[in-house]
Amino acid sequence: MADSTIKRDFWSRFSKNKMAVAGSAVVILLFIVSLLAPWISPYDPGEINLQMILSPPSGSHLLGTDQLGRDVLSRMIWGSRISLKVGFVATGVAIVIGTILGATAGYYGRWIDATIMRFVDIMLCFPAFFLILAVIAFLEPSIWNIMIVIGITGWMGITRLVRADFISIKERDYVQAARAIGASDGRIIFFHILPNAMASVLVAATLGVAGAILTESALSFLGIGVQPPIPSWGNILTAGKDNIDIAWWLSLYPGLAILITVLGYNLLGEGIRDSLDPRLK
Amino acid sequence: MLRHIAKRLVFMIPLLIGITIICFTVMHLAPGSPTDLQTQMNPKAGAEMKERLRAMYDLDKPLHQQYLSWISKLVVLDLGRSFSPDNRPVADKILERLPITIFINVLSMILIIIVAIPIGVLSAVHQDALFDKITGILVFVGFSIPTFWLALLLMILFGITLGWLPISGIRSLNYEYFSPFSAFTDLTKHLVLPVLISAFGGLAGLSRYMRSSMLEVIRQDYITTARAKGLSERVVIYKHALRNALLPIITILGLSIPGLIGGSVIFETIFAIPGMGQLFYMSVMARDYPVIMGILVIGAVLTLLGNLIADVSYALADPRIRVA
Repeated sequence: MADSTIKRDFWSRFSKNKMAVAGSAVVILLFIVSLLAPWISPYDPGEINLQMILSPPSGSHLLGTDQLGRDVLSRMIWGSRISLKVGFVATGVAIVIGTILGATAGYYGRWIDATIMRFVDIMLCFPAFFLILAVIAFLEPSIWNIMIVIGITGWMGITRLVRADFISIKERDYVQAARAIGASDGRIIFFHILPNAMASVLVAATLGVAGAILTESALSFLGIGVQPPIPSWGNILTAGKDNIDIAWWLSLYPGLAILITVLGYNLLGEGIRDSLDPRLK
Repeated sequence: MLRHIAKRLVFMIPLLIGITIICFTVMHLAPGSPTDLQTQMNPKAGAEMKERLRAMYDLDKPLHQQYLSWISKLVVLDLGRSFSPDNRPVADKILERLPITIFINVLSMILIIIVAIPIGVLSAVHQDALFDKITGILVFVGFSIPTFWLALLLMILFGITLGWLPISGIRSLNYEYFSPFSAFTDLTKHLVLPVLISAFGGLAGLSRYMRSSMLEVIRQDYITTARAKGLSERVVIYKHALRNALLPIITILGLSIPGLIGGSVIFETIFAIPGMGQLFYMSVMARDYPVIMGILVIGAVLTLLGNLIADVSYALADPRIRVA
């Protein structure tokens, strides 16, 4: 009963929040585009056309062609799949690691907490981009490796959030009551505390997706991420840099796609935050 | 005060050890050996030569021995020799490139401070006014924009379309023949875009933090008191409120250091600046083990130092810590 009221309140605030609605619209659009990629892209993204090398936007190629005469629009439509995947897998990895470590630290406290939080401090000393590059340099730069590495280097914020939530929630009466009737640690952690800590994780995760997409695009741009011929927004921009003085369209459009997508997730994250707890605004 | 600094220094030791362990682990996670790269391309290299190379780099010893020998050399800044054909000491390669990276990062830090703080203060003082709303939107876009893309766009606009600024390197080719003045303007022109790009991400973040910090302070009782005793709004805001609102910003600046250093890989690669970030990128591409490890350690140590400086400045600025 109480649960459904909370949900109703959330949705009524969420649907009135302009940022949240705009953000959801962008994210839903990204889903649709990447789902329908085979049907809506005008050309095969790998189709090389040497007659049409670096031709500017026109009626037949709406966003122009790249250095091999491939259609930029089609490559961007297929590239949206990479962004979608990276966002979810990388953030998923970060959430799993962050939640497990944060819950353990917050619930058990003492030396376990101290050890885990020192580890967090150490990880935070590394410029994240250095760590990611270093790890990827020694693995194959495949899309899966990239997603996992981005996740492995991005869980520290979530750990801190979950830990803080656990420390405050574990002292509440209902948790004490559960302990009094003999509930196991696992039961208390998973059924009593974790559900109440998920709100802040959800917000952090949505913002994390935005960060992961930015990181992947930067890696692909540097040639260490998604490898050609698989199209990603980042590696189309690499071609843009190589032809910067003759083909502005290669630089402009893929970056715009990244900007709008990341903006969408950021808006959605802020929207969820405001709707979950209006006091935080 | 001295005790405070000493405590901070002691606190850094376990962090330093942790940093080295993580660096070491990262480098040994990978399948394949770094000597593969040197031998695969060389048809003359047989199994025996591979073994010799492995022995030369200590790769044939057990892991903990490799770590201990690495760390004992690290203490005296002996980071080994680069795997690249020049075979130079890693420390030399990094140190000759470190100044330009630190120089650009310090410039962008200064730019961040002088732009973001006034923006944050103004949007807090005029909360929900037009200026606040516009900067709010800009900050959001700033958070979401890929900086390397912004760099490309600025290169197209200022470097190619308008032709105002050079788009690569830190000096012109005929630099040696310039008078001191034109050498200075030449350097400045080369630095405009890189500094702007490296500062960009921090600008958005810091102005938001400044805004919320200022909003918090303005609501406090002593500000009401200052107003009640008839002080002008200017004195209240810029003397009484600003000082306290700046305190948490020191910590935020410290925390933004790893982001700045990490970002140097991107802007140094794009603008062809011969700094540590570019060296890191090239070493990653060439799988130059010792250089990658060296830069990882140095990047993390720089972050630690930055945090220490932030800590000390915080203590200096806040009498509650200074006196205690």
